[in-house]
Amino acid sequence: MTQNFKDSKGRPIVAVTGMGLVTSLGWGKSASWDELVQGRSGIRMISRFPTEGLRTMFGGAVAHPGQQPDSCPELTFEMARFAAGEALGEAGLAEAKDFPGPLFVATPPAELEWPQRKLLNEHPGGEGLQGYDRLLAAARSGAFKSMFETFQFASVAEHLARALRPRGLPVSVSTACASGATAIQLGVEAIRRGETTTALAIGTDSSLQLEALIRFSLLSALSTRNDRPEAASRPFTKSRDGFVMAEGAAALVLESLESAKARGATCLGYVRGCGEMADDYHRTRSKPDGSAIIGAIRNAILDAGVAPEEIDYVNAHGTSTPENDKMEYLSLKATLGDHLASTPVSSNKSMIGHTLSAAGAIEAVLSFLMIANGVLLPTINYADPDPDIPLDVVPNTARRQNIRTVLSNSFGFGGQNAALVLSAAD
Amino acid sequence: MPSKSTDVWVTGIGLMSAAGEGTAAHLAFFDDPGRGPLVDEAGFAPYPVHRMAEIDMTRQIPKKSDLKQMETWQRIGVYAAGLALADAGIAQNPELLSRTHLVVAAGSGERDAAVDAKVLDTIAALGDTQFSAKEILPTALRPTLFLAQLSNLLAGNISIVHNVTASSRTFMGEEMAGLSAVENAVRRISAGQTELVLVGGALNAERKDLLLGYELGRNLWPHPYAPVWNRNDQGGGFIPGSAGAFLVLEARPHAEARGVRAYARIDAVVTDRAERNESGDIRASLSQLFTRIAGNVAPTPIGVLSGASGVQGPTEEEQAFLGDLGARDFTPAVRAFGSRLGHTVEAQFPVGLALAALALGRGRYFASADNDAVEQPLKTPLQRVLVTGVGHWRGEGLALLGPVDGGRIG
Repeated sequence: MTQNFKDSKGRPIVAVTGMGLVTSLGWGKSASWDELVQGRSGIRMISRFPTEGLRTMFGGAVAHPGQQPDSCPELTFEMARFAAGEALGEAGLAEAKDFPGPLFVATPPAELEWPQRKLLNEHPGGEGLQGYDRLLAAARSGAFKSMFETFQFASVAEHLARALRPRGLPVSVSTACASGATAIQLGVEAIRRGETTTALAIGTDSSLQLEALIRFSLLSALSTRNDRPEAASRPFTKSRDGFVMAEGAAALVLESLESAKARGATCLGYVRGCGEMADDYHRTRSKPDGSAIIGAIRNAILDAGVAPEEIDYVNAHGTSTPENDKMEYLSLKATLGDHLASTPVSSNKSMIGHTLSAAGAIEAVLSFLMIANGVLLPTINYADPDPDIPLDVVPNTARRQNIRTVLSNSFGFGGQNAALVLSAAD
Repeated sequence: MPSKSTDVWVTGIGLMSAAGEGTAAHLAFFDDPGRGPLVDEAGFAPYPVHRMAEIDMTRQIPKKSDLKQMETWQRIGVYAAGLALADAGIAQNPELLSRTHLVVAAGSGERDAAVDAKVLDTIAALGDTQFSAKEILPTALRPTLFLAQLSNLLAGNISIVHNVTASSRTFMGEEMAGLSAVENAVRRISAGQTELVLVGGALNAERKDLLLGYELGRNLWPHPYAPVWNRNDQGGGFIPGSAGAFLVLEARPHAEARGVRAYARIDAVVTDRAERNESGDIRASLSQLFTRIAGNVAPTPIGVLSGASGVQGPTEEEQAFLGDLGARDFTPAVRAFGSRLGHTVEAQFPVGLALAALALGRGRYFASADNDAVEQPLKTPLQRVLVTGVGHWRGEGLALLGPVDGGRIG
């Protein structure tokens, strides 16, 4: 019998043939997974920079196994490179000299950090000058070209392109906290349009630097539970008080099912559908009626061509902010209806924090691992359920349960919402 | 590949720069090659900068509360996006806006230079002692500034101010952001995924923190004004320019059904990334890209709106590529729009497409200066415009545009 390589809409079915992962719990899928199934937290007090005087002093920092990089863009690259390597290995493409498709990278906007500004400020080229005039004079000395190559917006994708040699222009995308899902969507769409048979989607984010922590803190977005960092990310509880900044990366080799079968690659699952919708209500809050989030979820389910009742599990955005978790519940109620009561919904962010640009990709990888292992990862710290959010959150301990189809949500500041429908391979 | 692809039309243009705002101001400016240069050589010395014309932002961003939440680069982008939506007859039409997809090429910014300077002094006074939050805190004391800095918040503000909601994607990567954004928009319409896209970018060049980012790589032109083709002898470099450029791209059947006239048709957008290890890599990359899009086009003299930055290597190689076009019987009539408006980085490719669509929409190309060594008159009627986008550091792209029957202007 010949296999059908097209979905119900006549588009190429998009398979995942390789995955890689870095979280605050470990470098690599199994290093992270082994901790996650035990409900462990990767959230710790920050030691990378001094935090005295800050309302939030903890996060999900990723420690480099070798030399810790000097800046966020460098760690962002290192994690992505590792995750990509793991994904390519699993996909059987590690030996390929060039990656045979385009690269889509969800990455935070690059910016100079204070240690770099300090370095420029101390350069003799700027003597007698003040502020940015002084820094510009230092730059004119020509001594900082490597800093230029690290802090351009294109830097992370460029360094990945040098290492992986994908086809064409490496694409850097930012839809804030939905970026990881958007990178996957861009890859899926390129395959569906027939532009390529393979694509590499990466979400990667290191943002734990002093000023970024202060900024999120001033937005009152972060948990301030400094006495118990590992208990700070507590999605869907009554006492949730904000998200926890964290780092990580994930990579997925996306491939048309036809191409995967032709080269004998193992299909780890399918990306069945992608949905998005933008909010026009507020810069950090969603419309009170949830219509943009609901629209994104609905569009993903429609795009996948599945019935809401086919969703076996929801990998929640679940940031642990008062606003998100309430809105996400309302939106799931609106899209899944009565089916929600019997659908487990858990948040990986309870253990690894909010990995921002990387979250959508990390959560997609974890969803496929849950499908493969027949295990649902828990929502830890679920000590005081919010009575207004009656969900089966897979509280505190992982659960054995076979699932086939997953809805994974990602919602960003700035109103950029994306959702993915992921499923087991046939 | 889908057997039949949908024609992509340009049905709205929003343009603002040193030359003013709107389509008429830019046509007038480019029809008069003797005007200018509109450049400020003192304010950011030794770097000349093309400043944005005086524009009353409240015309497109009426709410004070919205203006307060944005820094200048976002205001420029939101304003230009509003111009494009109005030009396409989409503004204020909730039904069309809810089906309009947003694709933005963004950098980010912008910092409070005075506050940063104070922080640097404080840190310097500490000597070797490690600085901590209390030194950095003043830079972040205005929480909304963070949102005004975030790359994807230009798109967020466009959605909020103009109610564009179908979807929202932001691409980054300097010039590559513009290439990726336009390419993504065109491919989605060609493939029948979407019918309406608002795509573009914005740059506020009047920022020393922004200049610093480019100058770390020695990319800026630190001398009195010179056109991009005339900077080689002194080592090259770009003169940044403030600009906002957005286009409404529309599936032809959709535009016809709602009776809107188009400026131009986008026949192809192609992009690549040369390694740039060796001299000649960029020229070869551009040549291969041109081969990909020129296959079905009979060789004729062609308008070329070059996005050349003036940075030495890339600009030299682009010039060599344009010379090769002559040998391929596509005699190029080159206009480096960056010579007139400055290099607008993320917005550069959208600016080029907007100008190409304007010229095609009225069926006449832009004049060249008398006796210009590089920029020659177009000696035949305008049939096609090639837009080039070569990143000052990375990325190459080309767009080919053609006319639509009836045109838009005149």
